[in-house]
Amino acid sequence: MIGLVSLVVFLPAAGALALAFVPRRAEGVQRWGALGAALLAFVASLALWFGFDGATADYQFEEIVGWMPTFGISYHVGVDGISILLVLLTTFLSPIALGSAWRAIEERTKEFVIAMLVLETGMLGVFVSLDLFLFFVFWEAMLVPMYFIIGVWGGAQRIYAAIKFVLYTMVGSALMLVAILALYYQHGASTGTFTFDVPTIARWVMPPGTAQMLMFLAFALAFAIKVPLFPFHTWLPDAHVEAPTAGSVILAGVLLKMGTYGFLRFCLPLFPDASVSAAGLVFALAIVGIVYGAWVSTVQPDLKKLVAYSSVSHLGFVMLGLFTFTPQGLAGGVIQMINHGLSTGALFLMVGMIYERRHTRLIDDFGGLWQVIPAFSALFLIVSLSSLGLPGLNGFVGEFLILVGAFQVSGWLAAIATTGIIFAAVYLLWMYQRVVFGEVRHEANRGLVDLTPREWAVLVPVLVFIVWIGVYPTTFTGKTQASIDALIAQVQSKASVALAR
Amino acid sequence: MTPIPAPPVLLSALTPVLVILAAGALVLLLDLVPPRDTKQHLGGLALGGFVASLLASVWFWDADLRAFRDMIALDNFALFFNLVIGYAGALVVLLSMDYVRRTGAETGEYYALVLFAGSGMMLLGSATDLIVVFLSLELMSLSLYVLAGLFKTRLDSGEASMKYFLLGAFASSFLLYGIALVYGATGSTNFDKVAAALAGKAPDGLVVVGLGLMLVGFGFKLSSVPFHMWAPDVYQGAPTTVTAFIATGSKAAAFAAVIRLLFSALRSMQPDWTVLLWGVAALTMTVGNVVAIAQSNLKRMLAYSSVAHVGYMLVGLVAGGASGAGAVLFYLLAYTFTTAGTFGVISLCGRTSGDESVDVRDYAGLARRHPLLAFVLSLFLLSLIGIPPLAGFVGKFYLFGAAVRGGYLWLVVIGVLNSAIAAYYYLRVIVYMYMREPEEAIPAGLVPSFAGGLALAISIVGIVLLGVMPAPFANLAVAAVAPLLK
Repeated sequence: MIGLVSLVVFLPAAGALALAFVPRRAEGVQRWGALGAALLAFVASLALWFGFDGATADYQFEEIVGWMPTFGISYHVGVDGISILLVLLTTFLSPIALGSAWRAIEERTKEFVIAMLVLETGMLGVFVSLDLFLFFVFWEAMLVPMYFIIGVWGGAQRIYAAIKFVLYTMVGSALMLVAILALYYQHGASTGTFTFDVPTIARWVMPPGTAQMLMFLAFALAFAIKVPLFPFHTWLPDAHVEAPTAGSVILAGVLLKMGTYGFLRFCLPLFPDASVSAAGLVFALAIVGIVYGAWVSTVQPDLKKLVAYSSVSHLGFVMLGLFTFTPQGLAGGVIQMINHGLSTGALFLMVGMIYERRHTRLIDDFGGLWQVIPAFSALFLIVSLSSLGLPGLNGFVGEFLILVGAFQVSGWLAAIATTGIIFAAVYLLWMYQRVVFGEVRHEANRGLVDLTPREWAVLVPVLVFIVWIGVYPTTFTGKTQASIDALIAQVQSKASVALAR
Repeated sequence: MTPIPAPPVLLSALTPVLVILAAGALVLLLDLVPPRDTKQHLGGLALGGFVASLLASVWFWDADLRAFRDMIALDNFALFFNLVIGYAGALVVLLSMDYVRRTGAETGEYYALVLFAGSGMMLLGSATDLIVVFLSLELMSLSLYVLAGLFKTRLDSGEASMKYFLLGAFASSFLLYGIALVYGATGSTNFDKVAAALAGKAPDGLVVVGLGLMLVGFGFKLSSVPFHMWAPDVYQGAPTTVTAFIATGSKAAAFAAVIRLLFSALRSMQPDWTVLLWGVAALTMTVGNVVAIAQSNLKRMLAYSSVAHVGYMLVGLVAGGASGAGAVLFYLLAYTFTTAGTFGVISLCGRTSGDESVDVRDYAGLARRHPLLAFVLSLFLLSLIGIPPLAGFVGKFYLFGAAVRGGYLWLVVIGVLNSAIAAYYYLRVIVYMYMREPEEAIPAGLVPSFAGGLALAISIVGIVLLGVMPAPFANLAVAAVAPLLK
């Protein structure tokens, strides 16, 4: 009997397999079929959500099937309070991304929807894997569909961007593979159990020292590239700008979270000493990323690039929160992962909508849009405000919690990070002002059409959650709190060195 | 005068080899009788030979026969290689049936030579005596030299054959010299006796030099750096199906001999050859991958890529033990399916002028013209990169896992970084197929062929099966190396 988690993970892939046998001319069937599969996965993940008990930190809905028993490799999946949120984020954003591509992708629709569905399965697999080998399989396999999405349906520099994306990730994950193997043998040599099972290895206290630090660094490099943490972010603007809208939404919304999730799930519990001693380094890189990302965003002439660099800044906040090792910081980090997925995803969606109309993304080509397309402008305002952290919307909750956590570590840290929020207001509002306010400067903009019903349908669900998290985050933090507390307790009990306070 | 005692004859230990030899002889005979305008039936016969040999190998699993005064062993190790080589041969024959006719090179002796080469390869896996190693290596090589020059009217085919022959003859003489030195030092050419003579004492200079010379000879057959120079020219010039056979079968056979030699006969010298192979492995991976980046001819690129893959497999030899050698065997199986499939797609892509399409630019836009073929080639390339859940990934995982276990962490780091480099040139082919439009009017066209399609289907099933359900095959590989490590 197939478990609920496996059902969620493999529903999209099953849909992709079925669509492979539908003739490519039947584009309607392809689109609706893909949307149907993604929605089914979402419904199935809702069952996970409602069945999930937030009071316990244990993995739930676990499934274990032996896969390569001689190596201690099993198909072990399950969710805890952290991964359930990311699973839901993935199943939520995937149909939205597919919906956004309804008109934008005209060519090779069949391949596109199949790639999107396979990608969804890959991402979900990363979030639910509780076996290092299985995790690595999903982590690498996910590259292929994303590579095609950027490379086939992307912009002018798509091939360069796609290859850069793959090579960056592969170099990072190559060293992670070595570290996984080293961890496997070290754990086996010390306990006598040779296994790739994450919960089993996490119970083991690894002796601190160079070996732990090197393994931490190998894992951290793979994740830092994905996050991306400054200075490993240079693939991100290329990939984001060249990817089609649906690809950007998934890239920003979910893929980057795989990096931060990796830190949470693997680096912190498996290498607690190294994590604590590396916290200073991570703080420094996160702070540089926050400020640098914000500054670079400010001067971007291209809307999509602006949003892309803002991701560097926002993800810097997440990393800052995670490495404070405080309940507030971690909770903020997790919530901010979701927030960034929603807000930045929505920003990419709206940039994509306006690009479909005008075929330009340059800020200079717009201006005075409020007079022409007020509904679009209003929603764009809400999304921008959510991204810059206006109280009452989702971004504020996450950033506030992260800053509370950071303040407990160091006042200076929090102070410098706060400037990132101010700069975020600068680049987002200045951009908004140039695009939406003022007079209509280009004749081509006068004929713009306001949001279509399909675009409303794509945006409204995101907006609902943007407000929901802003007003009543407990719905979501309630499910994660136990897991976060358990994680901190685990790090604290295992870390022999004093926590950086 | 005392009569020389005749060695006991146990022909059953040679069954898989004899089946193939018989098929080869039958092909030669039937070639003389009508029909003369087609040789398809001979292809079918060759295929039958390989399949029968596969079945025979399965039949003899766990039989553990030894014959001819321990010159031949039909243990699980030999049988595993019989399976690999049998699959390689069958796939090559399937791909050839249409290919050689289309290229105007359809002759009966083609199939006969493929069979003879196959029998040499299988014999190499069974050889437990240095003389038999040499003989079977020559049987295999001489057949392949001729096959490489199959296109009599093409200059590059002749060049390939000539280069392969000259350098191969050189390598054989190195091997023979090494064998002579080892014989001089130990007084025997039998693996077990060599091992017994070497056990428990420090190796003398004669054996070390002999080992080095033999590794030079095998290094050539394996195309490990610095003995890889022939590979690109031969791969490019030889008929594509022959290239596939050289890349899969001959490599597997050479590995069979090297593993058996190093793990049984020269086991006591493991510290010596481990150091040597460490350097060769690192060099082979790196040179193969870096030079492959610069290739625009697909067959040359795959030649360098195969050099790199030999480097990965040498990592397994360095790691040693059942896990290391088992990983090499698994990898060879995975590599055989992947590489035969890759060359298979190339052999099916013809230009309108009749030549095959070997330039990467010919593949521009292939995804639009033949989506299925482009998808299949992509799968093979992804497996070569080592993307899960395909065979190549699991193979690398086993190899590098064994090496980490052996403590060769730096070699593994070099290996994984190499796989990341390799992604670049494999992906470039996918870029051309999916993301670029053809520039000229002579793009690759598909030549439909049922046999070729069947070969590709088998290969695809192979790489997916090995990638998703590797456990039984890995156990098989570990069981196969067990007789060597007794």
